Amino acid sequence: MSTLQHDPDDRVQVLDEDGEVVGDVPDLSEDDLVGMYRHMRLARHFDQRAVSLQRQGRMGTYPPLSGQEGAQIGSVYALEEDDWMFPSYREHGGALVRGVGLKQTLLYWMGHEEGNKIPAEANVFPVAVPIATQIPHATGAAWASRLQGEAKAFICYFGDGATSEGDFHEGLNFAGVFDAPAVFFCNNNQWAISVPRERQTASETIAQKAGAYGIEGVQVDGMDPLAVYKVTKQAVEKAKNPGEDELRPTLIEAVQYRFGAHTTADDPTVYRDDDEVERWKAKDPIPRLEAYLRGEGILDDERVDEITEEVEGAVADAIKEAEAVTRPEPEEIFAHVFADMPEHVREQRDAFEALREKYGDEAFLRE
Amino acid sequence: MATQQETETQNLTLVQAVRDGLYTEMQRDDDVLVMGEDVGKNGGVFRATEGLYDEFGGDRVVDTPLAESGIVGTAIGMAAYGLKPVPEIQFQGFIYPAFDQIVSHAARLRTRSRGRYTCPMVIRAPYGGGIRAPEHHSESKEAFFAHEAGLKVVIPSTPYDTKGLLISAIRDPDPVMFFEPKLIYRAFRGEVPEDDYTVPIGEAAVRREGTDISVFTYGAMTRPTMDAAEHLAEDGVDVEVVDLRTVSPLDRDTIVESFKKTGRAAVVHEAPKSGGLAGEITAIIQEEALLYQEAPVERITGFDTPFPLYALEDYYLPSAARVEAGIRDAMEF
Repeated sequence: MSTLQHDPDDRVQVLDEDGEVVGDVPDLSEDDLVGMYRHMRLARHFDQRAVSLQRQGRMGTYPPLSGQEGAQIGSVYALEEDDWMFPSYREHGGALVRGVGLKQTLLYWMGHEEGNKIPAEANVFPVAVPIATQIPHATGAAWASRLQGEAKAFICYFGDGATSEGDFHEGLNFAGVFDAPAVFFCNNNQWAISVPRERQTASETIAQKAGAYGIEGVQVDGMDPLAVYKVTKQAVEKAKNPGEDELRPTLIEAVQYRFGAHTTADDPTVYRDDDEVERWKAKDPIPRLEAYLRGEGILDDERVDEITEEVEGAVADAIKEAEAVTRPEPEEIFAHVFADMPEHVREQRDAFEALREKYGDEAFLRE
Repeated sequence: MATQQETETQNLTLVQAVRDGLYTEMQRDDDVLVMGEDVGKNGGVFRATEGLYDEFGGDRVVDTPLAESGIVGTAIGMAAYGLKPVPEIQFQGFIYPAFDQIVSHAARLRTRSRGRYTCPMVIRAPYGGGIRAPEHHSESKEAFFAHEAGLKVVIPSTPYDTKGLLISAIRDPDPVMFFEPKLIYRAFRGEVPEDDYTVPIGEAAVRREGTDISVFTYGAMTRPTMDAAEHLAEDGVDVEVVDLRTVSPLDRDTIVESFKKTGRAAVVHEAPKSGGLAGEITAIIQEEALLYQEAPVERITGFDTPFPLYALEDYYLPSAARVEAGIRDAMEF
């Protein structure tokens, strides 16, 4: 029986909170295991620095991901080169692995249009801020890929709150009906800003909703990167090569916790207890994987120190590069609205440039 | 004509006036309830419902699942069934899942049922740019709703008007879209009566009397417009500033009366130019006061582009400098 066919209530786990093996360890090379660890460390350090940049007024509102690295990194490691990723707005850790660099992510949250330009070689859709709206897109792209005879998987990320939106239902329903090779990955981090998971649905689990669409659902310990890798890998394989009488799509509910705020604009102490946060912090995916890798003799102090240094350097470089980017020209507002700029838009641009020429930038910029 | 009574006043910001308006009406009328994402324990992402959960409890200050269509759709059912829901959509940019419910049902339940069913509710949403917010958090899309018959669309610009208009909206027998200019949620304070009072929907306010040109605006753009007017006064240009306060239905009488006095006009809004309210106001002037017109009506607006990410938003939003340049164009015609 595959992992995916577990009872939805039976949460898949490979490592317990102390990093002890409690399930079948997926087949991963030492390089991949260290790579996962390094990417999780990178995502965590980036996150801490990004929050600090926002606090210092060097960046706008930012959605932290600390606590969710296991789900993000574990799942993208299960993708193959040609597979696609449809993120929400919190998946910068996963996006990094898939080719969207840290500088790019910083620029987006620093309000630069360029931050939204996904590198040509990355199979990643732009960040989707309106909740759940990316789910039907992933279904549609997956469906199109299958119509074109490809064998690729399309993973779509969203939160527990998103499962309340109509787009969640419609996206999964279409995926079932048209047998789209999609993996719907719910980062159930327990809180949609201040609203707890119990307020989103009376269902016992989110995974069980898959049954209503005729597709498989599985609940996984989202703070166990190896368990996440394992279930995602199986879902990706099934999307490409389903067994007889099997539909391609899967709904994965990765149970996890965001350690910080929804975004830097809210204060979680208003709506949740410190005790709860501490309980979940005991499940932190990073020390968990580290303990396992140390136990296996794959990591030691020296290697961990090297990784620490490397991670700090990479984040510092990205911040330096992003902050070196100057304020974009107003031209950027008008570019790319259509393939060809309409005459009236061109006129608006030219009229504004004439005013800017006449009065100077300071007449238009606040602060 | 506000029906201000002799009463104690408090010095409030605009967002505090929203909260005070809700509080006042909820105390007065047990049928009023607020619902939405994070409006309860968290007190709203902008603190517009702060303390209401503790005061009125979870049945009247309801944290809902994250679903705008669900929020508005259930509010329509509640309104038709005798309650007076005030759903909050966290940002105007997230209202679109609810668009079908708003235009297909809230706006026309009365018409469709020949008056048998009605939909007395107020949909609140912060709108507009200028706060360095992420993507989809800065749009100004009041024209979508002004285009829909059966909806009233209110956009206050002062704390006093905010409370008075919100109370009017809650007491209104039909659905009201109540868009709050979040750029000025905390920009300044104003005296707000502690008691309940109303500011009528559909009446504009002349913020500055002038004789040379009429400038029609609303919401957060009232401030740069007033700044431009004061600056132009130094050059002897006497600008009349009209704060529309309600963009649907427009106060045609005040618009036409002001224009007949000045013969020149400009409209300032941060929403895109094409299909925006400025076109509607220009048409009213054409229909009602063509022979008074001495210059084309200037439209000083956002561009016909998506609202940019925040590094460029200052260029997108009409600034006092752009308003002033537009007014000068109209004056020099």
